[in-house]
Amino acid sequence: MLLIPCPHCGPRPEIEFRYAGEAHVARAADPGAVNDQDWAEYLYFRSNPKGIHFERWRHVSGCARFFNCVRDTVSDKILTTYPAGEKKPDLGTLMKEAGR
Amino acid sequence: MSLSLRTAKSGRINRKKPLSFRFDGQLYRAFEGDTLASGLLANGVHLMGRSFKYHRPRGLISAGSEEPNALVGVDRGNGRYTPNLRATQVELHDGLIAESQNSWPSLAYDVGEINNLLSPLFVAGFYYKTFMQPKQAWKNVYEPVIRRAAGLGKAATAADPDHYASRFAHCDVLVIGAGPAGLAAALAAAESGARVILCDEQNELGGSLLAELHATIDGVPAQTWLEQTLAALVAKSDTVTLLPRTQCFGYFAQNFLGLAERVTDHLAQPDPRLPRERLWQVRAKEVVIATGAHERPLVFPDNDRPGIMLADAARIFANRYGVRAGGRAVIATAHDSAYQAAIDLKAAGVTIAMIADLRKEANGPLPMAARAAGIHVETGTAITGSKGRLRVKAALVGKIGTDGEESVPCDLILMCGGWTPSVHLFSQSRGKLVFDEAKQVFVPGHSAQQERSVGACKGSETLIEALNEGFAAGRDAAEKAGFAKGKARKAKVSGVIEAHGGFLGAVPHGHDVNRVKAFVDFQNDVTAKDIKLATREGMHSIEHVKRYTTTGMATDQGKTSNMNALAIAAEALGKAIPAVGLTTFRQPYTPITFGTMAGHSRGDLFDPVRRTPMHGWAKAQGAKFEDVGLWKRAHYFPKAGEDLHAAVARECRIVRETAGLFDASTLGKIEVVGPDAAEFMNRLYTNPWSKLEVGRCRYGLMLNEAGFVMDDGVVGRISANRFHVTTTTGGAARVLNHMEDYLQTEFPELKVALTSTTEQWAVIAVQGPQARAIIATLVEGIDLANEAMPHMSVREGKICGVPTRLFRMSFTGELGFEVNVPADYGQAIWEAIWAEGEKHGAVAYGTEAMHVLRAEKGYIIVGQETDGTVTPHDLGLDWAIGKAKPDFVGKRSLTRVDLVKPDRQQLVGLLTVDSQIVLEEGAQVTLAANPPPGTSALGHVTSAYHSATLGHSIALAMVASGRARIGEVLHVPMPNGAIAVRVCEPIFYDKDGSRLNV
Ligand SMILES: [Zn+2]
Repeated sequence: MLLIPCPHCGPRPEIEFRYAGEAHVARAADPGAVNDQDWAEYLYFRSNPKGIHFERWRHVSGCARFFNCVRDTVSDKILTTYPAGEKKPDLGTLMKEAGR
Repeated sequence: MSLSLRTAKSGRINRKKPLSFRFDGQLYRAFEGDTLASGLLANGVHLMGRSFKYHRPRGLISAGSEEPNALVGVDRGNGRYTPNLRATQVELHDGLIAESQNSWPSLAYDVGEINNLLSPLFVAGFYYKTFMQPKQAWKNVYEPVIRRAAGLGKAATAADPDHYASRFAHCDVLVIGAGPAGLAAALAAAESGARVILCDEQNELGGSLLAELHATIDGVPAQTWLEQTLAALVAKSDTVTLLPRTQCFGYFAQNFLGLAERVTDHLAQPDPRLPRERLWQVRAKEVVIATGAHERPLVFPDNDRPGIMLADAARIFANRYGVRAGGRAVIATAHDSAYQAAIDLKAAGVTIAMIADLRKEANGPLPMAARAAGIHVETGTAITGSKGRLRVKAALVGKIGTDGEESVPCDLILMCGGWTPSVHLFSQSRGKLVFDEAKQVFVPGHSAQQERSVGACKGSETLIEALNEGFAAGRDAAEKAGFAKGKARKAKVSGVIEAHGGFLGAVPHGHDVNRVKAFVDFQNDVTAKDIKLATREGMHSIEHVKRYTTTGMATDQGKTSNMNALAIAAEALGKAIPAVGLTTFRQPYTPITFGTMAGHSRGDLFDPVRRTPMHGWAKAQGAKFEDVGLWKRAHYFPKAGEDLHAAVARECRIVRETAGLFDASTLGKIEVVGPDAAEFMNRLYTNPWSKLEVGRCRYGLMLNEAGFVMDDGVVGRISANRFHVTTTTGGAARVLNHMEDYLQTEFPELKVALTSTTEQWAVIAVQGPQARAIIATLVEGIDLANEAMPHMSVREGKICGVPTRLFRMSFTGELGFEVNVPADYGQAIWEAIWAEGEKHGAVAYGTEAMHVLRAEKGYIIVGQETDGTVTPHDLGLDWAIGKAKPDFVGKRSLTRVDLVKPDRQQLVGLLTVDSQIVLEEGAQVTLAANPPPGTSALGHVTSAYHSATLGHSIALAMVASGRARIGEVLHVPMPNGAIAVRVCEPIFYDKDGSRLNV
């Protein structure tokens, strides 16, 4: 079970959270203007990396808020978490902080 | 008891407390402190089991949890039967009842032993080769027979009467293993002030020290040091938790570890309030792994007879349990440690016939000490076989490189191929193992988590290394967990003689390799020949060899066998050991019970049960309930003598003729409030909401972003800024999550608050021509007249003095109201309405009648008519889409190519040509009555009922181009022949809706 640092509540066990898919997949401001291929990419295509993954979690049994998390899918190490809507953190800086 | 097998005085057993136990019905005597293994050995019993495949007689080979052979069933009475326990870990108490497994009619005369003669059938991969044809025979013939013959223990058949506990724990330092290294680590960490948990799989903490007779640590005998150390740890009980009988079975991500504590099995009369076992889920800041090493067997022909065991195991039985495993021993070794066993056993009164050492020379201090003690040592000598059936009678030994072979009479053969560090937990933590060429063992390399290994599990070979590594690791772990750096300390050790050596693979011998069995994996009956055969047949990866031969796949997870198997495979493949690689170590380290995993989550506590406020009334009326998610819903209300069919027919008829009451409290309810509430609804539902007047309702349809229907429900506008949203019973949590997701992440600029009110409102549906008359006398402050409160409207007022949100709506096609009242008043208001209803002859109806009534009207149920791939257009619900809205969730997807194809499946009605046949829900719909195999179905039946109102069966279905097929005859193929159906519009009753607007 992961220990996930909710940016609003602090570290909490995984059972309090629900996974919510890849982060920074923004919905277009005007979906009607998006072509079929780009819309399909938005709906269905995800990066699914082996390694660093930007993903969303919801602290559903806590503050109930969605937030973003940077996790290494190989080691399950969480590099950082930050509130929804914040800019994607710089990966190089994160890796340096994590000592890789 | 055969006292002659007890040593004069050594051991940790309590000779003042004798006890008796039964094994296979026979009564034996032993002492408190004995295990079943030591108790049986003290009675001269080596034969403890039969092997898995060949049913060969087997004795124990080890003294610990790695034991592959001596698996027993223990019966604690009242259905408490536990199979597959290792006799080495079963603590004896007075009256314990155990039995052997895998033998019939008895352990000594087992008819399954014929498999040993048929063994050519059971070569590597035999499952894949022998039992392939004919195809059906696997399921009906081979598998049942093989399962019976080649099983391990039998599972208990009665429900487990014990209870199991589970708890979470946090600590600064978790130390796994309470041998010298683990004790030193725990002591050092505790002295720094850290919260420490020290767990060990054995009943006593101490590990190898429990059998140590010669060493002194810091000037005192090792066992005195052990006592002092434990006393020091107990004195710190506010920060130190000691857990004997506790197996760390799994190392998971982020230093999360699973521990299984055996609480009562060792007690003769356990307090029934105690759990049998307890699961500890531990989050540790730092971990110290001190899990020791396993002694390796030697792979030689017939190395599995009862009386052949690991050398150090025999030393442990003598030193710790005061038991001589035999009278005359031959010791076969490639490691110095067996010489210590020889010295200790000789001191305990065992005759050592000879030590046969595979190494050319053995001139270390221990071999020299053994020779000095008068023990006969032959080097460059291999053990090449054994004699005996139910007990070994002689060892065959010969000089390596010669054909000579000598038979040495004995009743005990002790083997030692060296030591394998127990790296299981380190490997589970995803650390990288490295191969130590000098010691020929895999040891922990790069760490992936906050842990460190100490002592024998990292390849260290001496007591002083174990202690000093432990002290340093405990100090380091505490410091990393945030405590001040403790004082460095070093142990002083004397009385221990260093031991080195080791051998991997199969022992050389002059016998025909095709005619002998030299076992590598005792529990799964895998021989050296099997592994070589696997490599010849193309298995070049150790993972393939493992699966093909099943080596290392038994409940012992290959603790004693993996390295020998790997070495044999590497040699056969002509590769270096690290190049062949190691198989993955998986949880659990030793088997743990389902009870431990389940904990309290069983029976009534498996899942929460949700009951509506009116549940008690329905129960008192004799309602039959059905589970809908976690809810208990009244399914139907049978009168005396009625079955489901009769009750539902009556309930439906009376609703249409008069009225019925239905408990709709389980519907999800969400209060959407705020200045932007209408705009939020516009974006989350397909329908337009801005112009919906206060006091009016609308059927809302919710799509996911892919354009597929995900939920529906009636929504009432309570005020300009407040909507009362209902969802399906099963969809409530999903819909709220979906709404929160968009509100928090895509539309955070909208000023809206969402609150689940599902459990705050009790909902009483009153449906039928008399609905208005029934509630009229109870409602205050609301004009119920058709013109004042038309279909699809909502009013706030009071009923019986209680505040209500009264909806006029219908899921039956009849005039209907849904009375929402605060949940605490639910049953009282239900009873008041029921009293009025009875005057009109109304009925209470359940979910089954509700389903029939809505299907007669063609109202869909999301999740029944839909399956996550259905669009509003497919359902004929285009009217529910606000065409003028620039955007809503799912809108863009509705114009994707696939979603506008003309041959998509569409909702239709089906009428069976034979009107009394009720179709099966889920059945396929096809064009032809007998379509050839491979033909795609046109669709499937989603709902099917007998309609008492109409006097015939009705069905809803999703059918390709369904609306264009109205009037066509299609078929529903069933095992007893196809059923002809005519496609119709998906509405069967009151097509113009005149019954709604009265
Ligand atoms: Zn939170």
